[in-house]
Amino acid sequence: MESLFSKYSSKLKWLNVVYFITCVLGLVYFGSKIVFAGDPSGTVDYGADGSIERLGYSINFTWTLVAAFLVFSMQAGFAMLGGFLQAKNMLGYMAHCFADGTIGAVVFWILGFALMFGGSGSAPGLESGNLFIGYSGFFLASGSYDVQTIMLWLFQMVFCTKAVTIIAGSVAERMKFAPYLIYSFIVCGIIYPIYGHWMWGGGWLSTLPFGAGCVDFAGSAVVHTIGGMLALVGAYVLGPRKNKYNPDGTSNAIPGHNLTLVVVGTLILAFGWFGFNAGSTLGATDLRISVVATNTFLAAAAGATGVIFMSYIIFGFTDIGLACNGALAGLVAITAPCAYVAPWAAIAIGVIAGAVMWGTVIFVETKLKIDDPLGAVAVHGANGIWGMIALGIFADGTYGGVSGLITGSGGQLLAQFIGVVAAIAWAIGMGALMFYVLKVTIGLRVSELIEYEGVDVHLHGSPCYPAQAELTSQLGSVVEEEVTQREMAILEESLARDASREKIYSEKLGRWIYAKLKKEK
Amino acid sequence: MKKIEAIIRPEKFDIIKDALTEQGYGGMSVSEMKGHGNQKGVSEVWRGKRYRVDLLPKIKLEIVVSDDAVDKVVQTIINESQTGSIGDGKIFVYEIANVYRIRTGEQGDAAI
Repeated sequence: MESLFSKYSSKLKWLNVVYFITCVLGLVYFGSKIVFAGDPSGTVDYGADGSIERLGYSINFTWTLVAAFLVFSMQAGFAMLGGFLQAKNMLGYMAHCFADGTIGAVVFWILGFALMFGGSGSAPGLESGNLFIGYSGFFLASGSYDVQTIMLWLFQMVFCTKAVTIIAGSVAERMKFAPYLIYSFIVCGIIYPIYGHWMWGGGWLSTLPFGAGCVDFAGSAVVHTIGGMLALVGAYVLGPRKNKYNPDGTSNAIPGHNLTLVVVGTLILAFGWFGFNAGSTLGATDLRISVVATNTFLAAAAGATGVIFMSYIIFGFTDIGLACNGALAGLVAITAPCAYVAPWAAIAIGVIAGAVMWGTVIFVETKLKIDDPLGAVAVHGANGIWGMIALGIFADGTYGGVSGLITGSGGQLLAQFIGVVAAIAWAIGMGALMFYVLKVTIGLRVSELIEYEGVDVHLHGSPCYPAQAELTSQLGSVVEEEVTQREMAILEESLARDASREKIYSEKLGRWIYAKLKKEK
Repeated sequence: MKKIEAIIRPEKFDIIKDALTEQGYGGMSVSEMKGHGNQKGVSEVWRGKRYRVDLLPKIKLEIVVSDDAVDKVVQTIINESQTGSIGDGKIFVYEIANVYRIRTGEQGDAAI
């Protein structure tokens, strides 16, 4: 199959151009036919100029848009977490993040938004949809060409691209680029929006008869559990990186290349998270935003604090890489309950989130034997689940009529539990289908040679940290054939020869080494 | 005593190190370096423009051993790192006049 694709690749490149032009022409044609039914200038439906009503709208718009911009800055934080990876794969990981942020937005504009919010009635032009799927608002056209709908789109689009980016961390260092784009398309266009519709778009989860229905304030389940579970499936189908596991099942540490990036990235993510959670009120006239923002930060601080002290007790060192993950774990866990709990509960949720993260890292690595380089499953998957459950426990009934176990009602916890099970089943089911189909058709994993030399030079043409200019020369100055193709065949042969080596345990070194098979005499 | 200086492919370093340590020659100095002999560079792309990286990353291993161990160490390095194609590297062997261990003041073979 692979050889078939490479054989026709030059033809396919030209076909791409044809498809692209066809799409653009089609878009222009259909775009010109659309009748505008919404309020694209914001001068009709949103109060008279200078009225108090209009001022309220104006404040809410400002708040939500600024929050969306903050959430967008989280993409930079995600990209920086690539410091946990080896230098030779940094560009590949950042390419995944970048593609999610850009292609994801286009896909969400085409169909994701319509599937997610059609039928929710939360903004003009989103009228048709049922309990399982929405179907209005495609291309933000006709009725949904309205200032409020488009504000909602921008805010939800950045959420969607965050959810896809989570998976980039768990498949890093070994995934091909083309299947990643297809995966990104499917998640932004189908998997994420449909679960989002169940929860936020007026679907069956939000209308459950227990408690206030399943509630997820800013996306512990919609964004993080879905992303984390897809990450689990993706990493499982891809298989571990070479040298991650020894034949007896023990795992090796593969150190990253830059903890500076990790710490700065975590801080940028925490900053963006203020927009993620506090912006989810979709309005600043809802004064609960101060509680939401404070809870968000308290949980992050508590998660990091817990891990800092625990790692000192256990290792005798303070592991800052793990503490950064602890902060992110707290943030993920507080995402669902942030509006419904008191600050003391945020602290409790954060500390437990740090412990859940740590436990899951160990569980995924040693029991499931799934290689997750950035801990996406532990940080996002496990803590998304914990956040949803925590809402059912700690909600104190002061906001939105959501009361958890501590007020004496168990209905909310049941609703949260159903929501979580639905998220896990949906993400793992759809993820497994998608990744297996991709695996048998175009293949998911890069060749062993590319994995060895790093995906940067092979898939993106340049290392992330290129050689000094003095050590290079322009191609014009040399005969082209003499130069330059990477000696793929030679290296592949040599690696194949290495593959016949056996991984044996050396008593002398106390670890696993690759050794040549002993020649039979 | 001889000093063995081997310039090898970076990807072969791990297995060479393991093989030497296994045989009891674990002491070595290692430096990352760039260079080229008969092997020419590779091409990369910088914002759409192809350019050539002339000097390729190599690893230099320096090991000092007693005279009778030279053959064994050299053979080990060759066996483990040979791919049979351009770019495998070279091994240089030098005479060493004397060796001192700073910690104890020992010299000669005892200090290796």
